[in-house]
Amino acid sequence: MTTQLDRPRSGVSRRAVLAGMGAGVGLLAAPAIVRAQAESIRIGFPVPLTGPYGAEAKDQVKSAELAVKLMNDKGGIAGRKIELLVRDDKLNAGEAATRTLELIEKDKVHAVVGSLSSAVQLAVNEVTRARGVIYVSISQSDTINEAKDFSKYTFHEALNPHMTTAAVARATFKKGAKIAFLVADYAYGHEMLRGFKRAAAEIGAEVVGEILHPIGAADYSTLMPRIRSMKPDILAICNFGRDQANAIKQANDFGMKKQMQIIVPVLLYNQRIAVAPEVFEGVIGGANYYWELENTVPTAKAFNAAYKAAYGTVPTDYGAYGFTGVSALLLGMEKAGSTDTDKVIDALQSLKYDVAKGPQWFRACDHQSVQSVLVLKSRAKSEMKGDADVFEIIANEAPSEQMLRTCAELGFPT
Amino acid sequence: MDLELILMQLFSGLALGAILVMVALGLTIVFGMLGIVNFAHGALFMVGAYAGLWIAAQTGSFWWALLVAPIAIGVLGMLIERFLIRPLYGRTPDDPLLLTFGLGYVLVESVRITFGTDGIPFSAPEELQGVVDMGIGYFPVYRLFVMGVVAGVLVLLWLALEKTRYGLIIRAGARDPLIMRVLGVDVSRLWLLVFGLGVGLTALGGVLAAPMRSVSPEMGTLVLAEAFVVTVIGGMGSLLGAVVAGLLVGVVVSMTALFAPEMATIVMFALMAFILLVRPQGLFGRPGLGA
Repeated sequence: MTTQLDRPRSGVSRRAVLAGMGAGVGLLAAPAIVRAQAESIRIGFPVPLTGPYGAEAKDQVKSAELAVKLMNDKGGIAGRKIELLVRDDKLNAGEAATRTLELIEKDKVHAVVGSLSSAVQLAVNEVTRARGVIYVSISQSDTINEAKDFSKYTFHEALNPHMTTAAVARATFKKGAKIAFLVADYAYGHEMLRGFKRAAAEIGAEVVGEILHPIGAADYSTLMPRIRSMKPDILAICNFGRDQANAIKQANDFGMKKQMQIIVPVLLYNQRIAVAPEVFEGVIGGANYYWELENTVPTAKAFNAAYKAAYGTVPTDYGAYGFTGVSALLLGMEKAGSTDTDKVIDALQSLKYDVAKGPQWFRACDHQSVQSVLVLKSRAKSEMKGDADVFEIIANEAPSEQMLRTCAELGFPT
Repeated sequence: MDLELILMQLFSGLALGAILVMVALGLTIVFGMLGIVNFAHGALFMVGAYAGLWIAAQTGSFWWALLVAPIAIGVLGMLIERFLIRPLYGRTPDDPLLLTFGLGYVLVESVRITFGTDGIPFSAPEELQGVVDMGIGYFPVYRLFVMGVVAGVLVLLWLALEKTRYGLIIRAGARDPLIMRVLGVDVSRLWLLVFGLGVGLTALGGVLAAPMRSVSPEMGTLVLAEAFVVTVIGGMGSLLGAVVAGLLVGVVVSMTALFAPEMATIVMFALMAFILLVRPQGLFGRPGLGA
């Protein structure tokens, strides 16, 4: 079944819609009053509102609230209204675990969606697994899919490093090409490096060197001469957020782009906006979402329009995770017709959904969302048709379980 | 590993060191003259970068930003000294330390509220973009420019301290403020100027760093740690120490990056620990003064 959310009712406030709806229901059907007054469905949403990923987290909240609003506009789920409980996890694993526990114990949430960093996500996962609460994760991680960390309660909505690196490699690597790596020395960097190297081996590209740098380094200048001396055709920069912006900026200062193609596993809209177009010009990277998808995907067009009506801007890539993650959960609850954990898990396992980027579904063995992967190229300033026209979609890989590591490889019994 | 690469690496280290010197200078001047450990130094570096950004956006010129921002933030520094730090003179050293520590947080939050938590784009002026072939490899023009500015500031600072009457008074005031007061010199005005100068220098560092690193409210945090390391290695309060230690740390970091890049950040702390063991007062520090 493919479900599509309604188009937004622009210009009508959520409150007005709810009030009108409540009145209408009350007049028409007395039994419905009971349902309308039934306990609301509460979804916990821990994200790092403060700290370096604050911008992404705020976009996730906006998108998640939009998903909730659209479902409430349709009358909620089985007459129950949905509520989003946003909490600041401060990009700290301990804080995230505490907030999640509070959400479960005190606020009695029916499910948790959220968290943006891989370390924090694993902490949330520990808590939800121990308490038997459904968790839809919206941050890239490979380990969360592996059998040793698997929980039947956890669904992984975000792409994972294996998927993005493979797609970017297929779009840029060639047989015999020389690849150098600049890698942030922590889990995320290592996972991205592993993904790229695996793709390089498959394609027949040659790895000429890898340099690890400490996370959060301010200056990458001292690494540039050595990268240049490796004479690579492609430089893969495997880090995130400001580290990525600084590394690309300084590679650009050293004139590296004239000699090599710079690629990144994940190209972020917000990061591109925070730095200048000329710095990112020509950089290629993977993404889960880009607003221009609306030219080919109807649900993207509907999502963009709803987002624009609510917030006046285009949705961002990491922000979109908030929408697809919450929407998937709500569709699962709708399909199950209740918030009963086991029923919702069953519903999610067999759910096919298309809410913003084409068809998606959760793979049975590891609950990874199978979905399209975009490869984007950053536009030159002269090619931009507007402030939001920052990337060009150079590849859109259709969803397929082939793009994931096999269940056996992740350690699941087959 | 060929010679050209090693030379290039050395040079990158000196360029990195120049930036470290710029940040450590203000910290060490204020400590040397006023005996205050300024924990807001990194935040003021960041505020300098944002002030530069704002001025560049208003005037459309990087050069105005480079000139006006350090002066404006220097004046802000004087206000901070006059109204926040001055009431604390004569108390234990912990009081100004706590005050500046808190002030740093206030500054970072104010910038977050005003400019948001995302970075803001800031590029080097057109005429300083690109690379230059140095014979041993390509090097960004802008980084050469930064080295030049830092060298110029050092010469001016040295001339001002060694060759002018004010410089003489400042040096004497750092040695023995009581005698200076007895001789009829207004020491508090002196301290006001010195603090303003220290803050202005770090703001200049911020403006210089802005086109190389992304401008964000957190950019001062790392810089503060680096500045302390350089200051401790050079000897707290020693200007010559700040210069030598800044360049030394830059080169050591750079050479480490060549052989074990993942150690590049840790090595500066290892160097500091080693220096403290061998020479607790730092390379050029006077024993008993801050050691």
